[in-house]
Amino acid sequence: MTINERQDEVIEEFEMFEDWMDKYEYLISLGKELPLTEEAKKIEENIIKGCQSRVWLAADMNDSKIQFTADSDAIITKGIISLMIRVLTDSSPKEIMESELYFIDKVGLKEHLSPTRSNGLVSMVKQMKMYAIAYSSKV
Amino acid sequence: MKKFNVNDIRKDFPILSREVNGKPLVYLDNGATSQKPQVVIDAINSYYSHDNANIHRGVHTLSQVATTAYEEARKKIQHWINAELSEEVLFTKGTTDGVNIISNAWGRFHLQKGDEVIITEMEHHSNIVPWQMICDERQAKLKVIPVNDAGELQMKEYKKMLSEKTKMVALVHISNTLGTINPVKEIIKLAHEVGAKVLVDGAQQVAHAAPNVRDLDADFYVFGLHKMFGPTGVGVLYGKKELLDKIPPYQGGGDMIKTVTFEKTTYNELPHKFEAGTPNISAGIATAAAVDYITSLNWDEIHVHEQELLNYATAELKKIKGLKIIGEAREKASVISFIVEGVHAYDLGVIVDKMGIAVRTGHHCTQPLMNRFGIQGTIRASFAFYNTKEEVDVLIAALNRAIKMLV
Repeated sequence: MTINERQDEVIEEFEMFEDWMDKYEYLISLGKELPLTEEAKKIEENIIKGCQSRVWLAADMNDSKIQFTADSDAIITKGIISLMIRVLTDSSPKEIMESELYFIDKVGLKEHLSPTRSNGLVSMVKQMKMYAIAYSSKV
Repeated sequence: MKKFNVNDIRKDFPILSREVNGKPLVYLDNGATSQKPQVVIDAINSYYSHDNANIHRGVHTLSQVATTAYEEARKKIQHWINAELSEEVLFTKGTTDGVNIISNAWGRFHLQKGDEVIITEMEHHSNIVPWQMICDERQAKLKVIPVNDAGELQMKEYKKMLSEKTKMVALVHISNTLGTINPVKEIIKLAHEVGAKVLVDGAQQVAHAAPNVRDLDADFYVFGLHKMFGPTGVGVLYGKKELLDKIPPYQGGGDMIKTVTFEKTTYNELPHKFEAGTPNISAGIATAAAVDYITSLNWDEIHVHEQELLNYATAELKKIKGLKIIGEAREKASVISFIVEGVHAYDLGVIVDKMGIAVRTGHHCTQPLMNRFGIQGTIRASFAFYNTKEEVDVLIAALNRAIKMLV
């Protein structure tokens, strides 16, 4: 599946929700399901500091595709991270670099990517692309 | 004086009747900024509609009208804080600006190598960083009064720190994070005994009571108008005349000069010496409306009302399983910080916002204090006189619902 196909899939899922409660309950469940990053990877180097919540992000490359693992101390942030990983992981560096993440806006979670929230998510998206740039030179 | 009635008071604040996310707004982020009564909004509107002109410069009528209104506002602040002279009241951009003016202008002039500046563990970053910067520059030492588990200053430690090396004590009047009301008068007295000066950060105090600068004997007292129901972008730096006269200006520009030649500039007198450039005139003028408004209220009754809100909210919050209040000082303003075991503050903030409730989450610009309590951040509900017990109930119900979703 391409990144955009995955984004469209998430958008479709979110269309089922009737109100914010359903949506946030789903996000929270995603946050709880997201495999925890092993403590070994939760190091200072991998931390993306937000004012409100902390995010850890690590990337590996297998078969020319990038795998992301991430974690956060806030569960809603983690739920959104889970969606981002689902959309971006297992893609080539080129695909990630060229991707445009429109699904966040479409599913009504844009406010979480606003810089005023300062929850580390904006920096996380930047950092994901940075990893893609870094790995693209190794392909 | 009119009897205090919270439902009548609420009508003075148009924003309080709006909805957020489809629910009536419950505004409990007064520690960040307060809402504005209609009279303040009208004053800004009226200035731009009728009187807009630059001040202290023109002979034309509008400039005179604007200057008079601006200086009138200064006098109102003077009386409100009980300053001896109106020129001891300097207009600034806000609390942070006030601290920076003193740390720079006073600090650069007075601090020598080996001198000491004392701050506290509960300071807002804006009363830490400016002192760190000037201490680095002047090779002075920064000392920190520790906080006990209840969130009170450890006075014994403070007394031990004081010596003839102490040149400045800079501390917060009411902690924005803990709500602790510090024994400022006693702290000032002790500092003066060793010849040190004291700067008080009154940012939170001004929402709860007028600071009496002469009774406190504060050397410098800083606050912003936006937390006391006035406009944003304007603040006050009170300083004793004899101290302000001695120190050189901090910024150069228009209004702060007497004569300028390329060889030498002579400075204007107080307060203009520290007010370079065109100030925030509309906000300055609307300050008068804010002071008039708050002085028209019955503050004895407001104090009772705010303490009732504090006690009621504290008791109700404590009923929530796993909830811990951070900051249980004996002397406390209507500010409550708390954490809930196993739940992140950010998540709670996001969910209760969906229910129309505005609270603050995070470290509240007091990271050293968060480290002291070994936490990343808190949720803070800060109450103003226009808040109600019913709003506390809405908060508690929302928190219970949010916790159920999150755990």
